[in-house]
Amino acid sequence: MTPPAAPKYLDAGEGALVVEFGREVDPAVNARVMALDAALAAEAPAGLVELVPTYRSLMVHYDPLVLPRAALIARIARLMDGLRAATKPRARWVLPVCYDGDCGEDVAAIAEWAKLTPEQVIALHSGAIYRVYMYGFAPGWCYLGGLPKELGISRRAAPRPPIPPNTIIIAGGLSLVATNSMPTGWWLIGRTAERMMRLDRDPAFLAEPGDELRFARVDRATFDRLDARAAAGVTVSYREPAS
Amino acid sequence: MSALRVVAAGPGVAFQDGGRHGWLRFGVTGAGPMDRAAHALANRILGNAPGAAAIEVSLGGVELEAQGVVTLAVAGGDFAVTRDGRALPAQCIVTLAHGQRLRIRPGASGAWCYVALAGEFLLTPVLGSLSAHTRSHLGPPALAAGQEIAVTAYDLGADDSRLDVDAPADAAIRVLMGPQDDYFSPEQIALFQDSEWRVGGRSDRMAYTLEGPLLVPAHGFNIVSDGVAEGAIQVPGEGKPIVLMADRQPTGGYPKIANVIAADLGRLAQKRPGESVRFRAVTHDEAVAARRDAAARAAASLTLTPLLKTHFSSEELLGVNLVGGVVAGED
Repeated sequence: MTPPAAPKYLDAGEGALVVEFGREVDPAVNARVMALDAALAAEAPAGLVELVPTYRSLMVHYDPLVLPRAALIARIARLMDGLRAATKPRARWVLPVCYDGDCGEDVAAIAEWAKLTPEQVIALHSGAIYRVYMYGFAPGWCYLGGLPKELGISRRAAPRPPIPPNTIIIAGGLSLVATNSMPTGWWLIGRTAERMMRLDRDPAFLAEPGDELRFARVDRATFDRLDARAAAGVTVSYREPAS
Repeated sequence: MSALRVVAAGPGVAFQDGGRHGWLRFGVTGAGPMDRAAHALANRILGNAPGAAAIEVSLGGVELEAQGVVTLAVAGGDFAVTRDGRALPAQCIVTLAHGQRLRIRPGASGAWCYVALAGEFLLTPVLGSLSAHTRSHLGPPALAAGQEIAVTAYDLGADDSRLDVDAPADAAIRVLMGPQDDYFSPEQIALFQDSEWRVGGRSDRMAYTLEGPLLVPAHGFNIVSDGVAEGAIQVPGEGKPIVLMADRQPTGGYPKIANVIAADLGRLAQKRPGESVRFRAVTHDEAVAARRDAAARAAASLTLTPLLKTHFSSEELLGVNLVGGVVAGED
């Protein structure tokens, strides 16, 4: 196997450096982003402000008056040398998900597009293991890689009205756990009883970028019971060893 | 306990501290002041930490009434500031007696100003910050008429004074090209750098729209989402660039042709819709030097000049501080 190419270093102003490993969504590219994110966080130089991992690049916010650009790049290059292609995920979170009725409002439409039955769509989605690629769009909106390719439906032609909180949506080969109610161009496949973001919990965000996630199917009655418990502040997901 | 009663508040008047830092990786916007230097200045006049919470006043204006004796500092754009109807300088320190009202309305220029407090606003931080991010409902809600903001007020014994500041330079806003400038042809880059732009009417804390020629990326409008820094100039599908400001999302999926340098972002923020703006590309070294200069300016000592009064009581005449007020820089 040929060693992966060196990343590109791009400036986003004088206080942010984009370390770009690729321009496409690709598990191997994201694995390198996560590995550098973890390595830099473990050995944060003075002047490092924030790390923002995304699908394909790591944005390093830094104070150039404390940490000169050249020193930052030298540090990253040194870390890259010792970096394994992929770091083991820190944890795997198992989220209870209801796919029935209005929770999985678009399961039938997805099944029709995929030429599968609704039960097959649910089995595929709840049988896969996902990785948190990044957060974005709004606080706690968690973008996941690992959607089975049979479910690679494109976005809707036009956005639909706001989705209920904690909805799981898919489009363009990705799955996403949404936290709050927003309009979306994605398809609604299920709803989790867990809260990805809860400000009164420590940590406020359930999963770190790089963590694994999977969905455990529950029926509507179980969902309603767990959702009520989650609303009262109880954590209703659980953690299992990552692969 | 003292309070500030909100008599009137226009849209977008809200608390900002230094920003909600450390949560970008979870999709949480940093928020913080639109004009960081002005926000820090208002706090510094009072000896507060530069990132202390202050009220950010939009072009909607605000009117506050003191419950108890409250000392405030105002800094930022050239707003029209009055106390009980009498004009005050746009950059000042003032003490309001119980029942006195501070009114701030848009003045000659500028889009944002800051009201800092000698004391503490009694508010609950969210994710470690008192900055309001309206879109995600994080932080204290925007100020609303009738609201009473509980405060602990300190008596600094400070004279009502004005602070003389240099008028902001009308020079071009400096940018560092990239990170996706390679999505644009040399002609499109030249068009961006050579055109006169106008701040659009839909501009807000999230983004300033730019009106001018259309920019068309050579490699399409969609990129796989990556990080977005404050001041990023993003070119969405219709080819109208937007500058992403304090309330930007931490990631985005449009090519970013350039990034406004930190030293000039506040100056851009102070432009009102309809005002013109030009951009000038600088090197990374120049951007860092500008940031160093701005940091030095922010640490230089402040000269406060006591305001002249038209009526003096004998107590005031006996107690007046004839030396004047030079406030040392921060140690």
